[in-house]
Amino acid sequence: MQDSNIQLNRTDHSQSEPVIIRQRRKWLGAIASYLLLTVLALLFVAPIVFMIIGSLKPDSLVLTEAGTFKAFLPGQISFQNYRDVFERVDFARFFFNSLFITSMIVLAGLLVNSLAGYAFARLRWRGRSGVLLLVIALMIIPFEAIAVPLFFQVTLLGWRNTYIAQILPFVANAFSIYLFYTFFIDLPKELEEAARVDGASTLRTFFEIIVPVAKPVFATVAILTFLTQWGSFLWPLMVTLDEQVRPLPVAISSFQTLPPIQWGDIMSFGVMMVAPILIVFLLFQKWFVEGVASTGTKG
Amino acid sequence: MASVSFQDVYKVYPNGYSAIKKLCLDIQDGEFLVFVGPSGCGKSTALRMLAGLEDISAGKLLIGDRVVNDQTPQERNIAMVFQNYALYPHMTVRQNLEFPLRMIKLSPKQRQARIAEAAEKLGLAQLLDRKPKQLSGGQRQRVAMGRAIVRDPAVFLMDEPLSNLDAKMRSQIRTEIAELQDRMGTTTVYVTHDQVEAMTMGDRVAVMRGGELQQLATPQDLYDSPANVFVAGFIGSPAMNIFPTQLRKTALGLLMLDVGDQRLAIDPAAISRYSTLANYLDQPLLAGLRPEAFSVADANPPPDSCLQVEVKALEALGHEMIIYAQAPVGMIQAEEAAGAESDLNTSTLVARLAANRNIHAHTPLALAVDVSKLYLFTTDYQAIG
Repeated sequence: MQDSNIQLNRTDHSQSEPVIIRQRRKWLGAIASYLLLTVLALLFVAPIVFMIIGSLKPDSLVLTEAGTFKAFLPGQISFQNYRDVFERVDFARFFFNSLFITSMIVLAGLLVNSLAGYAFARLRWRGRSGVLLLVIALMIIPFEAIAVPLFFQVTLLGWRNTYIAQILPFVANAFSIYLFYTFFIDLPKELEEAARVDGASTLRTFFEIIVPVAKPVFATVAILTFLTQWGSFLWPLMVTLDEQVRPLPVAISSFQTLPPIQWGDIMSFGVMMVAPILIVFLLFQKWFVEGVASTGTKG
Repeated sequence: MASVSFQDVYKVYPNGYSAIKKLCLDIQDGEFLVFVGPSGCGKSTALRMLAGLEDISAGKLLIGDRVVNDQTPQERNIAMVFQNYALYPHMTVRQNLEFPLRMIKLSPKQRQARIAEAAEKLGLAQLLDRKPKQLSGGQRQRVAMGRAIVRDPAVFLMDEPLSNLDAKMRSQIRTEIAELQDRMGTTTVYVTHDQVEAMTMGDRVAVMRGGELQQLATPQDLYDSPANVFVAGFIGSPAMNIFPTQLRKTALGLLMLDVGDQRLAIDPAAISRYSTLANYLDQPLLAGLRPEAFSVADANPPPDSCLQVEVKALEALGHEMIIYAQAPVGMIQAEEAAGAESDLNTSTLVARLAANRNIHAHTPLALAVDVSKLYLFTTDYQAIG
């Protein structure tokens, strides 16, 4: 009897040990992953914090404190850099140019690319699969590869130093078409069939039934296009000649080429340039996440 | 309201697949016609061709006296209820009902009057400002019905509209649809794979198989006089027991039906409806007995009046029981008659009996057979005339 008790106690003891070890391992794993995530988050956030703090410091301190931890501490706050930007360049003009060009690309892009995506997903026409394959293949061609031929084309058309040269080449976008296509192909066909039976034309069905249902993918494409185009630098630099049509990224580069180089001014310019992106993202964040989830797109 | 006529209609897809083969069918004005059949039989394709959602490869399709082959769905003046309802998710119930009315350019006042009328008929008045996702399955189904009736179309088309509902709701809405159709008198074409829906709702039922119309008849005629083995096996639940046999005349002039190594005496009066039966004596035949044709035999039954079987399993349903017994002969399934491989056990005889506590699994049982309920078919699966 006693023997069996001893046996029982031993068994209990040996079973309880792995549970504790398992729990400890689980905790350690959680702590390690949180630490890693925190470090990564700090790495990503650091440049933005550096830029915001730097924009509020006197110009002389931005460079001298750049290599130290002080770069992330506000110290004495001054808005002088922001005043300098407005005095040195016509910021409002650049801002308007960027906003106008980007908004036009986004709006026209939503219309053109969604209609193209819908035509690929739903309409039956000769050569559809071949053209779709071509569109998918176009996604892998970097803009830099076509920049020069495109430049000649724009010059030939007499569009240099115009808004249209900065808008038109970017309206139709293979990636956006593909995003719309993947979303529309998964929509239940019965919705469109119901609208057809109810007497709606293809276009009316698209605008009254499909577009409202496809809000998440419209938001995703709008944000992705806005982010890409807002920061566009190479093409505007190639086709613009003066401040009248130049967007923000080209303007900020002039601070580095025009002496004296004032890092505080560059930081404050950067803050004012990034702010709209953050606002757009925060406004459409919910739809963006939904859109990314539903289109299977990452980033 | 309008009649509908399929005249030698074919549907062949670009890959060569024939979904509908030479469909000839007339639907009367105000009739409730049900297409029924297994998956892939062409019933939904026929409905979608009528709706204008599928092209017609050959033949003529008439609504009233108009050939509608090349007309758009709107020009055909039809309304359709889809299997998944296809309600517009971003619109309220009111807007869903209003959409088809806007398309036919009714004035706002007329639209609101029609919506109020449809909502009244279907009990939707309290739900008009809700969106589809805020409704239960049954309510969504009613809204889909509402969107169909609000236009006052010539023909209603319904594509398995109850298949997403639970059994109780299905039974309730089934009755509601039948009542509504009766009240409105609108020609209705209804597609289902559920034979209970087909039998309870349709004025006539069109049984389809492999793109071909097997039989078009009233529900009772389908049950009483199936045109072939497929219809016999498809209509009725549990399905008819169909087995190969021979009908022989003994030296004494009695008719005997072989059931494997057993036999059943047949009273000639019971099968006098088969006028050409004399041609089939001593020939291979197929015989059909519905589960309802069996009963528990008396203690001392007359010779050759019952089948001796062993009960393999039983389902007691309270008021009755379904017996699955080892059949004395291999059974033929309706799927086999349709040329498909059947993976069902083909040596099982099914009988529907009155509840009986003395019947147990794995015990022998004598089943009396009501031979007046015997069906006879040729070996190429057609009913004997």
